[in-house]
Amino acid sequence: MDVIEQANRAAVDRMFAADPVLVDVIPAVEAIGFLAEGHKILHAGPPVDWSRMCGPMRGAVAGIAVFEGWAGDLEEAAAMAADGAFEFHPNHHFGTVGPMTGLTTRSQPVMVVANRAFGNLSYCTINEGLGKVMRFGGNDEEVLARLRWLRDVAGPLLAEALRSGEGIALKGLIARGLGMGDEMHQRNIACSSLLVRELAPALARTSTDRERLGELLQFMSGNDQFFLNVGMATGKAIMDPVRDIEASSIVTAMSRNGTDFGITVSGTGDRWFTAPVEMPEGLYFPGFTEADSNPDMGDSTIVETMGLGGFAMGASPAVAGFVGAGAASEAANFTRNMTEITYDSNPEWTIPAMDYLGVPSGIDIRRVVETGIVPTINTGIAHKEPGIGQIGAGVVTAPMACFTQAVHALAEQLGVS
Amino acid sequence: MNKGKPADLLSGPLHVVNVGLESFSEQLKDLGVDVVQVDWSPPAAGDPDLARLLSKLGA
Repeated sequence: MDVIEQANRAAVDRMFAADPVLVDVIPAVEAIGFLAEGHKILHAGPPVDWSRMCGPMRGAVAGIAVFEGWAGDLEEAAAMAADGAFEFHPNHHFGTVGPMTGLTTRSQPVMVVANRAFGNLSYCTINEGLGKVMRFGGNDEEVLARLRWLRDVAGPLLAEALRSGEGIALKGLIARGLGMGDEMHQRNIACSSLLVRELAPALARTSTDRERLGELLQFMSGNDQFFLNVGMATGKAIMDPVRDIEASSIVTAMSRNGTDFGITVSGTGDRWFTAPVEMPEGLYFPGFTEADSNPDMGDSTIVETMGLGGFAMGASPAVAGFVGAGAASEAANFTRNMTEITYDSNPEWTIPAMDYLGVPSGIDIRRVVETGIVPTINTGIAHKEPGIGQIGAGVVTAPMACFTQAVHALAEQLGVS
Repeated sequence: MNKGKPADLLSGPLHVVNVGLESFSEQLKDLGVDVVQVDWSPPAAGDPDLARLLSKLGA
């Protein structure tokens, strides 16, 4: 149908015209006024209530309630959650994204990415590092102490540095990262390093406390995934202007809450199409096996939605081994497969090792259902019990049922039967 | 291009292109036959109603 083709061209043009810039770090409540009243918790994925939450999500909820001072300890927090004391909403409903459990509450600092081509803002918390962290359901004192440090030290220092300049343009930085072997989901070593290089001069000029500055630089330099959350906010900033284009069959968000996988589609607005989330297949850290793993989780699939992550596997042969996706020589096959279900190739985000092929961009629900090829996602794997954290990394696919539902809904909206 | 007689097909070494079900090519590979596998499946996983709908949507 011409109307769908024209709508999809417009959708992908908006993706390519985006100009995401990291501009600030502010308390979540300043970004999202909705969080000011009551005990509101934003989470990854489509809507889910306490009764259907997976173990790590519950663990993170208990931890964040203690962090916010809503509960005295984890037991009290869990009891309050079961009694309905907390209000849960998806991050995506508030211009926000979060990795894995993805919890966002009012006191946490969030990074602000402005899409200067369209004037919209998006938010994401600061990456906590690997291992036992809240995004994987960790909730002990070590985890909460790190969250306090992010709130009291890292957030304000980063904010001051960013406000002293014009912000950090992310489109070019990501393009360089692709050329250096990142796919921006499970490998962010290059982009994290480039970001530190961009931030360090401003941090040195604006910080008055050398000890704290040293802590922050050490934290960022020691966390290969520091850029992940910046990349996610970038994805949200790029994809939000693609929403609500009448008749467009382009996916605007893919996301998981550990129970359900959900997608939204431009032509069908904010409606979620959900299906039970799948189990990742991958490699496990020593001492853990598939029997320990939690189903797939997190808003980080916004990275694949904009054409990176599993879609850009060909740029990152190293990640293919890390996530157990096969030999480095096979990495390009994942990217080629994704060209079958996307509308276009990004002219600015190219993969040198694939003759500068642009990353496959604009997931078309029609092509997914027609070909039977579902989006490939690179992901971290959380332990299924709360409080333990990350136990591996792998590859997971989006459930076909989400796309089939979306095709039916779009057809109904267009009066096609 | 080798334009042998049809009978040559059965007497010479086999070079097979298998379209669709991968298990066919795996069995041939196990027998030492040279096989190229082409991934293919019917549109919409063979669901005729869904395939018709997709066709109307321009897929």
